[in-house]
Amino acid sequence: MLRVDALQAIYPEIEDKIVVTIMGAVAAELYTIGHRHNFFYLEHAMGLASSMGLGIALAMPKHQVVVIDGDGSLLMNLGTLSTMARYKPGNLLHLVFDNESLLSVGGFPTATSTGTDLAGIARASGVPAVFQADTVESLKSSVAQALASHTMTTIISKVEAIGPKTFHMDLPLLENRFQFKRYLEGLRKQEQ
Amino acid sequence: MPVSATNSRLIYDALKACDVKVMSALPETWLVHLIRLADEDPDVTLVRLAKEEEGIGISAGAHLAGVNSALLMQNHGFLAAINPIVSLALLYKIPLLMLISYRGHMGEKDPWQTQGGLVTEPILRAMGIPIWHLTSPHDVHKRIKDAQTLANAALHPVAVLLSRELMWEE
Repeated sequence: MLRVDALQAIYPEIEDKIVVTIMGAVAAELYTIGHRHNFFYLEHAMGLASSMGLGIALAMPKHQVVVIDGDGSLLMNLGTLSTMARYKPGNLLHLVFDNESLLSVGGFPTATSTGTDLAGIARASGVPAVFQADTVESLKSSVAQALASHTMTTIISKVEAIGPKTFHMDLPLLENRFQFKRYLEGLRKQEQ
Repeated sequence: MPVSATNSRLIYDALKACDVKVMSALPETWLVHLIRLADEDPDVTLVRLAKEEEGIGISAGAHLAGVNSALLMQNHGFLAAINPIVSLALLYKIPLLMLISYRGHMGEKDPWQTQGGLVTEPILRAMGIPIWHLTSPHDVHKRIKDAQTLANAALHPVAVLLSRELMWEE
């Protein structure tokens, strides 16, 4: 499965959700499919997209948060699985695209290429629901199920180590940051 | 335990006066009362971390969601979080209210704390992070409020160093 096809397939499910992605190919592909002010692309600080998503999910319990993570990023912050599992906000969906590679920095293989099992680690960390979804159809149904269940879920999705031709996004990171914050402020105002 | 419960309470009340709703923490001796107070407070979400760098992400998320947060960490925890402070908080102009127990400074008896104590302030200065020392119960409220005010106005991390004089009762 190509990650861009996977993103295209789940786009209708996530387009109105609060979305936090990691940097690199995922960010560029989602941006190109259709940027929205409720999408935040963490362009650095590898590993922390899930921690940011947890912070947002705990601060805005009435809104669903989708984190789009990667194997390289998650391996840099495995403790995040135990922290997410500990608080398990039902409004948090943690989707991990596992291409077994640090694609954006030269394609070097990660430990998932030699057998490290992220779904197993997530399960053993206590994440309430963990799915493995390696086809477009199974990913679509897993995402829909996770969002409908209001149960903190991690989905591990194997994808090919192929990214876009360019990682360029016509969106300065601070513009994205302020846009995103303003969008969240708007959501909070609607609640009042 | 010779950690000052009275002064911990003062610090906690000052955070509450700042409308802090999310606190992330990793346990350490000087912070035990603060963490317990947060844990017992139904109006505060305490996030117990596996490693301090997660706390930078959690505070960034809380800020973007419009909620005030604070980090309770030892200075060695601050050292563990340097990259996220640089490549998330500084890069994205995220205010952080970091309460850092200042181990390894004057009066420290534990040899293993001393190296971290020696480098804490030089590293904070090299990162351009403003520092407030909390040494006296009299200015705890004002200094914590002022630190949060600057962090929010500058969209920048600030460090409040919790001193032995304030936290420890021999």
